[in-house]
Formats: sequence, C-alpha cells, structure tokens
Amino acid sequence: MIAHRSGWLVAAAVAIIAAPLVLPGMGGKFKGTDDQATEAIAESRPGYEPWFQPLWKPPSDEVESLLFALQAALGAGFLGYAIGRRSSTSDRDGADR
Amino acid sequence: MHIMEGYLPAEHAAGWFALSAPFVVAGVIRLKRIVAERPHAKMTLAAAGAFTMVLSALKMPSVTGSCSHPTGTGLGAVVFGPSVMAVLGTIVLLFQALLLAHGGLTTLGANVFSMAIVGPWVSWCIWRVAGKLGASIAVSVFLAAALGDVATYVTTSVQLALAYPDPASGFIGAVLKFGGIFAITQIPLAIAEGLLTVVAMNALSGRAGKADEVGILSGEVK
Repeated sequence: MIAHRSGWLVAAAVAIIAAPLVLPGMGGKFKGTDDQATEAIAESRPGYEPWFQPLWKPPSDEVESLLFALQAALGAGFLGYAIGRRSSTSDRDGADR
Repeated sequence: MHIMEGYLPAEHAAGWFALSAPFVVAGVIRLKRIVAERPHAKMTLAAAGAFTMVLSALKMPSVTGSCSHPTGTGLGAVVFGPSVMAVLGTIVLLFQALLLAHGGLTTLGANVFSMAIVGPWVSWCIWRVAGKLGASIAVSVFLAAALGDVATYVTTSVQLALAYPDPASGFIGAVLKFGGIFAITQIPLAIAEGLLTVVAMNALSGRAGKADEVGILSGEVK
C-alpha cells in the first residue's frame, strides 16, 4: 500500500514540474533565477561588476551538465544503496523490524 | 538558486560568514556526537546528505517561466535536527561553488545561512509544531520540507535586498523584487520537494506511517 502511495506522490511531483513546460500560456525562457537576479541587479545598479570571479568554471555547457549529472548520480546511487540495505535487513530480521 | 559569486559586498559577505560559522561548528559537534552514540545512524546521515545532493542538482522549471532547484535539507532536519544540516548543506554548497561555478566562495556564508541554517530550522520547527497539532508523519514531513525550501529562498531574497535596496522603493521594494524572482518560482518546486521527501523517508525507513519511523532513521529506536 505504501509503495502504491509513493508511486502517486512521485507522479504528482512529476506533474507539478512538467506542468509549466506543457500547459499553454505558461511559457518563458526558463532561465535560472540566479541569472534573473543578476539582471535585476544590473538594472538597479548599472555598471556593477562582481568583485570576485569563480576560481574555476566548467569550460562548456556540456561539461557543466556532466558535473550536475554526476552530483545527482552520486547522491541517487547512495540513496538506492541505503534503501536496498534497509529492506534487505528488514527481510532478514523478520516482519517486526 | 544561490547568490552568485562576487555579488555581495565584502562587508555583507563577511557578516554572513560570521553569522553562519557558529552554526556550522555546532553542527560538526552534534554530528560527531550522533556518530559516536549511535553508529548505526551513519547510513541515514549519509543518505540525508545524498538526498540534498540529488535535489540541489536538479534545476526544475516553474510557473514563473524560470528555473530553480529544491534544497533537500528537510529530510535530515526532521530526522537529526537542524544543526546537522548546517554541515551537510555546506558540503553541497562547496561542491557547487568549486566545481560548477554555482553560488560562490565569497557568497558561501550567505548561502549556507539560507540553505543550510534557515531552511533546516524552519523545517524542524514546522515538523515539531505539526506533530503537536496531531498531523500524521507524512503530512508533517511534507509541510516541513516544503516550507523549509520556501524559507531558504525568502532568505536569499532578503539577503540580496539588504545588499541592493531599490533606489526608489528601498529595502521593502527590493525584498518584493527579489522575492518575485526567487520565492515565487520556488513555490511549486517546494511542493514537489515535500512530496519527494515523504517518498524518500518512507523508502529509507521501510516503516511508513508507523510511529517509530523517524526514531528508526535517527537510530534512537533500535
């Protein structure tokens, strides 16, 4: 029953995230809010230059997406491992665990 | 999304570092105590960190026509209390500042304050209040994660407004302007984060809906 509920909860989360992409009248450029904030600052403080630059930037969008995917994959990989370990110990310990 | 590198005046950056540092130090002490007292909680601690890593890597579109990402700090805050997330959140923010040019080193103190301190504390408070009011574990966790997420980005908006008060409408006008960018975008994402946090917690505990669900995860119930 819980697996069932989890399925519905994930489906609802997917629907919430997909809605702006598919619903008519909800378009946009889908730029990052940090870029929008940068623009807002440029409007109120024309000529503002950030006083510090990132030490290293991913050289291209491809490399950046690699690193973001890596971050998500590492986290998701470990979560899967933890969930699998938990359910295998509860199988071994019997129903009361 | 976090405050961009080099976009906070040096005094502000230093101030946020000073404000955040004690929370991170307290978090390290608490983390060590948890690991020493309940070694079997290590798995859940790492899972709470992993959950934050996944969710803050996922930039999602929102109804405002822009993209942001959730924070994933609610899970750990509910299970272990807010101070632990100051440490785990800082690790994720450092990773993104160093490798992804996302957020920044000069703005790290401010970003730690919003994502790793205010968010988790709000989550934890909501979790306690909702439980006292008789809400189920699932509903309490949902509210805690979702509102902690929104609180993080309200804080980001306030931090930017302090640094960039609007020439005409002042600080309040700037809060509304940055809030329109960060906080409104975050609302649907926060709802999704709340739902996903309930799913992750149920899967990690294998005890969905049982009274000892959180106790098992935190290692307090054997």
